[in-house]
Amino acid sequence: MAEVRLEKVVKRYGKLEIVHGIDLAVAHNEFVVLVGPSGCGKSTTLRMIAGLEEISGGTIRIGDRVVNELPPRSRNISMVFQSYALYPHMSVRENLGFGLKIAGQGEDEIKKRVDEAAEILGLGELLDRLPQHLSGGQRQRVAMGRAIVRHPDVFLFDEPLSNLDAKLRGQMRVEIKKLHQRVKTTVIYVTHDQVEAMTLADRIVIMRDGHVEQVGTPSEVFERPVNTFVAGFIGSPPMNLIEAVVTTGKARLADGIEVPLPPDARVSEGLPIVLGFRPESFAPRGHSLHADARALSLSRTVVIAEPLGTETILFTTLGGKDVQGKMLAPRPVSPGEQLEFTLDLDRLHVFDHASGVTLR
Amino acid sequence: MSAGSIERPWQRWAIRIGVFIAMLILVLPGAWVVLTAFRPNIEVLARPAVWIPQNLTLHNFLGIFGRLDTQQGLPVANYFINSMVISVTSTVVAIAVGMMGGYAFARYRFRGKAALFLGFMLSRTVPGVALSLPLFILWSRLGLIDTSVGLIIVYMAVNIPFTIWLTDGFFRQIPVDLSEAAQIDGCTRWQAFWKVEFPLARSGLASAAIFAFLTSWNEYALASQLTRTTASKTMPVGLMDFTAQFTVDWTGMSAMAVLIIVPALVLTFIVQKHLIAGLTFGGVKG
Repeated sequence: MAEVRLEKVVKRYGKLEIVHGIDLAVAHNEFVVLVGPSGCGKSTTLRMIAGLEEISGGTIRIGDRVVNELPPRSRNISMVFQSYALYPHMSVRENLGFGLKIAGQGEDEIKKRVDEAAEILGLGELLDRLPQHLSGGQRQRVAMGRAIVRHPDVFLFDEPLSNLDAKLRGQMRVEIKKLHQRVKTTVIYVTHDQVEAMTLADRIVIMRDGHVEQVGTPSEVFERPVNTFVAGFIGSPPMNLIEAVVTTGKARLADGIEVPLPPDARVSEGLPIVLGFRPESFAPRGHSLHADARALSLSRTVVIAEPLGTETILFTTLGGKDVQGKMLAPRPVSPGEQLEFTLDLDRLHVFDHASGVTLR
Repeated sequence: MSAGSIERPWQRWAIRIGVFIAMLILVLPGAWVVLTAFRPNIEVLARPAVWIPQNLTLHNFLGIFGRLDTQQGLPVANYFINSMVISVTSTVVAIAVGMMGGYAFARYRFRGKAALFLGFMLSRTVPGVALSLPLFILWSRLGLIDTSVGLIIVYMAVNIPFTIWLTDGFFRQIPVDLSEAAQIDGCTRWQAFWKVEFPLARSGLASAAIFAFLTSWNEYALASQLTRTTASKTMPVGLMDFTAQFTVDWTGMSAMAVLIIVPALVLTFIVQKHLIAGLTFGGVKG
């Protein structure tokens, strides 16, 4: 069982605290993605799990062992680096077999496992090449191969796709997902790309400034973000967030429009709030995702239309702020066109203005 | 597009001629020394000068080794052995210590790092000769005058800061990720260094080694002060044996100069591949 548990884990550099006592439990064979903006502490957290950074406080367990003091080699983990970190002076075969050789495995066993990994990742033709003669995608696969040959308890991925172009990134995302389905192992994956997080993760850990903001399945963090940061970070295009004040049970926007609040919103009269709704919940009549939802009709002028083929992103204003709507099954829309938008009232998010915390 | 395609023919020729003249100026003195080493004394001293060699001979080499009846030999073998022992020992120690120092500067954070590094570099700014008098006094008190050990210590002190500076640069160019990947693959920190970082820094170390060796091998000023007899005299100091009060044995001196040049050339050829890779390391993206 390779469960990973972080308890009150702290990282300090001198007096500067980077990671502020985070708690996290990753189940056996679970694929967990740590996501957040640059400098949020996600990579530092991963490196602490790997043993590449000492921890300044708290406990890290892998399986039933406390690994705080163990060097990386004793943790039975594998890691794929952003830079791939392939050994430039070794062939692909030597790169793949390096860890096994260090572990003192026999030649036959090394060959068997290298061939097995090469077959899984389609590296058979490349085994005798040096890393400098490989493309970015091939290097990425070798890095993953090096991780899987050792049959580790935990795979760690540190932004492995960020050096690839968009198309290759999409392909490799699928390969990583397939790989996880094939070699069931606990995975902790760091990225700043929320699309990667949503598509790969069993659970997502959203971090900001060394704190965990929310842990949940992709649908949980998408549908029920705990605060405005998570709401704005997850989802593309991001959630629209508009300031409002609670007036007679409704949210009164800056331009005087009143939006009925969900019945379960924990609000009091006069409370400043932030109203959130995803572009999918704000669409021209007849082009919305949930046609049967309770909706508020709003006539708005389109400022910009971005046609994407199957949908068009429409930019307009509401409550004095720029907002985005998503038009499904689109028809051509011109800037300046007046459209009847529907705002899905069942999918409204309500946050406290001061703390940003959800009020639902 | 290559640079050549935008040059006109006359420009190309001008560059070639310029390079030829520059090379001539650089190579001619060395070539003349080698030539003199293989010419009879009578031809070298002839007036008017004989520019094109008429005879080539190994007489001069036999002469300095005392293999001719007409002249007394010099302890060239002793000088050669002294030079080898002193240069090789100081180079090996400088590389071993300098490599560790360079690695530490490149990879670790510690208090006073910048000041220490600056200190090492400042030590390079002092001309060696300026140290000769204090060194002479110190060495004479310590009984190190006219010993190989004395000279080895001096050359180590000269070479170690330079080696640290050079290897620091090479280790900095090797991504830390590689060492970390090796540690995750099961290596200790030492194994990660030895199996991954060291092979990658080999070209840099080869460059550092050849610089250190040549510095020790060719050094004259300090060696001439600190050595006295065949117990420690090196080849460059031995060259002065060919000068007497009123005469200079040019052919003998040239023959000995060739013996000084040959090992340096051989070593340079052996590590040439690494040396070029080392010197161009920074410009090549791995």
